[in-house]
Amino acid sequence: MSLLTVSGSPHVHGHQNVKSIMYGVVVAMIPAIFVSVYFFGLDAARVIFISVAACLFFVWIIQKYLLKGPLTINDGSALVTGVLLAFNVPSNLPVWMIVVGALVSIGIAKMSFGGLGKNPFNPALIGRVFLLISFPVQMTSWPVPKALFAPGVTDAVTGPTTLGILKEGLNAGKSVQELMGSSGFPGYMNDMIGAQGGSVGEISAIALLLGAAYMYFRKIITWHIPVAYTGSAFVFSGILWLVDPARFIDPVMHMLAGGMILGVFFMATDMVSSPMSPRGQLVFGVGAGLLTILIRVWGAYPEGVSFAILIMNAFTPLINRSFKPKRFGEVPAKS
Amino acid sequence: MKTFKSGGVHPEENKLSAGAAIEALPLPEKVFIPVSQSLGAPSKLIVEKGAVVKTGQLLAKGEAFISSNVHSSVSGKVSRIEEITDTSGYRRTAVVIDVEGDEWDGQIDCSREIKAEITLSREEIVKKINEMGVVGLGGATFPSHVKLMVPEGKKAENLLINGVECEPYLTSDHRLMLERSREMLIGIQILMKGQDVKKAYIGIEKNKPDAIDHLKKLAAEYPGIEVVPLKVKYPQGGEKQLIKAITGREVPSGKLPIEVGCVVNNVGTALAVYEAVQKNKPLFERVVTVTGKSLKKPSNLLVRIGTPVNKLIDFAGGLPGDTGKVINGGPMMGKALTTLEVPVVKGTSGILVMPEKESKRMPVVNCIRCARCISVCPMGLEPVLLAQLSENQMFENAENERILDCIECGSCHFTCPAGRPLLDYLRLGKNKVGIIIRNRGKK
Repeated sequence: MSLLTVSGSPHVHGHQNVKSIMYGVVVAMIPAIFVSVYFFGLDAARVIFISVAACLFFVWIIQKYLLKGPLTINDGSALVTGVLLAFNVPSNLPVWMIVVGALVSIGIAKMSFGGLGKNPFNPALIGRVFLLISFPVQMTSWPVPKALFAPGVTDAVTGPTTLGILKEGLNAGKSVQELMGSSGFPGYMNDMIGAQGGSVGEISAIALLLGAAYMYFRKIITWHIPVAYTGSAFVFSGILWLVDPARFIDPVMHMLAGGMILGVFFMATDMVSSPMSPRGQLVFGVGAGLLTILIRVWGAYPEGVSFAILIMNAFTPLINRSFKPKRFGEVPAKS
Repeated sequence: MKTFKSGGVHPEENKLSAGAAIEALPLPEKVFIPVSQSLGAPSKLIVEKGAVVKTGQLLAKGEAFISSNVHSSVSGKVSRIEEITDTSGYRRTAVVIDVEGDEWDGQIDCSREIKAEITLSREEIVKKINEMGVVGLGGATFPSHVKLMVPEGKKAENLLINGVECEPYLTSDHRLMLERSREMLIGIQILMKGQDVKKAYIGIEKNKPDAIDHLKKLAAEYPGIEVVPLKVKYPQGGEKQLIKAITGREVPSGKLPIEVGCVVNNVGTALAVYEAVQKNKPLFERVVTVTGKSLKKPSNLLVRIGTPVNKLIDFAGGLPGDTGKVINGGPMMGKALTTLEVPVVKGTSGILVMPEKESKRMPVVNCIRCARCISVCPMGLEPVLLAQLSENQMFENAENERILDCIECGSCHFTCPAGRPLLDYLRLGKNKVGIIIRNRGKK
């Protein structure tokens, strides 16, 4: 008889591994990809393809020639970063800018910290913010999507996003009601389905929620961050709206417009850069929700999701240290 | 449905031998009886080479407060006293006996009838359990008589009987609850009397509905004994988790169950107590599950202590050709054996034969900080942090993060998507922290 294998317990393992989690996230993004291609045409597919290819390429070249370590290109994490980066840029972005974004995401935000699991910030968001600050014009000229049942593809006209219309109008002294009633404003239903201007992957709340539900039932994400994030953003914007509905956008519109749903379910929940204990995750979510509304309402940019999440990413180590899970046997025994 | 609140996992149950009635394994030609088979101080050997012994005769005496007697499981001649490798992988002294016939010690009541009336007093019960070498059969092998002696100033209110058997594959407790239920219930009554408690709860997980129904029916005849069905969740058989599940009480960190008025005993222990007190029978045999996916005949065997493990596997159809690993115990907490010559001891609840393709660990990749280890830890610890501290030899920090609370259930390693050997590092850390604390006491 050959020798017996000996190792410490446990001798069985659960079914999840890093690969299955990463590919699960990719599957969850498929509905949003379809919606995007429907509204923005093949341009959306082009952006996603280039972004993914560039991310995989940079992982490969860095691991092979710079780190000279093992190749982990097929673990799915670069794929997720690639799709998420594409989701965060307009569908008419020039190819070279997408490649620069991928280089920043993978090279600076991820590999320089040690690769998978070591990055303090969400790589795709670092890439997006880098592009937004470096190329503000290209990053904020959004193709107008075609109407829901219109034939053909979009005619490459650019226009502002839902939040952009509101921000500019409010700065010009108009009231929210006036702006929402104006022609060209997408409205709740279109924001829900995805017929609004915006980045490749953020336009359709329904498609993103479908993916989020999939991740929740596959146990890839937990409820803590999304509930805390949307809850605090909803309550904060709700209070402002109650104070002055003419000056502040109502909370439902805040939820549907811009990158809220994408950010809440796909980027704030990024396990690498978010806190570990349930209590810490709640704190993280509440903080991100408040910051998002703060930036949207008083900041220079119409959208605040990426900045809010990145700022909270910076707090993650501190939150991990301050909010520990409840230890068993910590409370005095009840009699 | 009751269960413990935080953490826990649900591994595949694989209770292959659940339907196999208990069979007595034929006596081997030789038994190897380790002199120390319980937690606590080693027992003192009282036989010499060449001695002729009967089944049930005392071989080694437990003299310290926490130690236990060891008896011969067969009749025959002591051929050698030598160092052997035991199930824990350590070299230990064992008595080797060449089996001749099966002559039982005269004091043992060999009759099959069930003796329900408890005539012994509280003190006599404790003494008898000590004498008969009864230890906890759930796996920890804590001497049972010590559990009965409640420390000064404490009061036991509840006796909890552990019939959870949350380890995958294992079914020995399940079969005992079905086949030896009356004796077990009397054993529980004896424990109640020994501890002076009025209430006993038998915790059984929902995946054993036949045992729950059967014991519920019988328990009606025994006042104070209640069957509590529990949701299936590992590690519910852990002492602290079981207390939490049944009574809602939390044993404070670093304290014993008696702190919250509870004492926990395994169902197998209850049966051993019955046999010791009512039948004068020392603990020299136990039921062992022999199981595995490739094994021809997964079985539950009544085995004499000291029988080499390979005899059990032979009886269950022989070692399958694709065997990669053999485990003493269940797949979550059991120990991998280095050889099949090791003898069955009091703490052996099962022998699991695993095929080669399931024997290797998955490749380790970077931690992705998914925090699954934290969410499954039944003790509310942060395994990822503790493993990191151990890896970096920051043992004082690990102590402050309560590494000693770890019950080594393995849920963290089981669930880690990166395949990181979390429990390996936690064991290392616990060990080092233990040494640090002991040295601190010496100063």
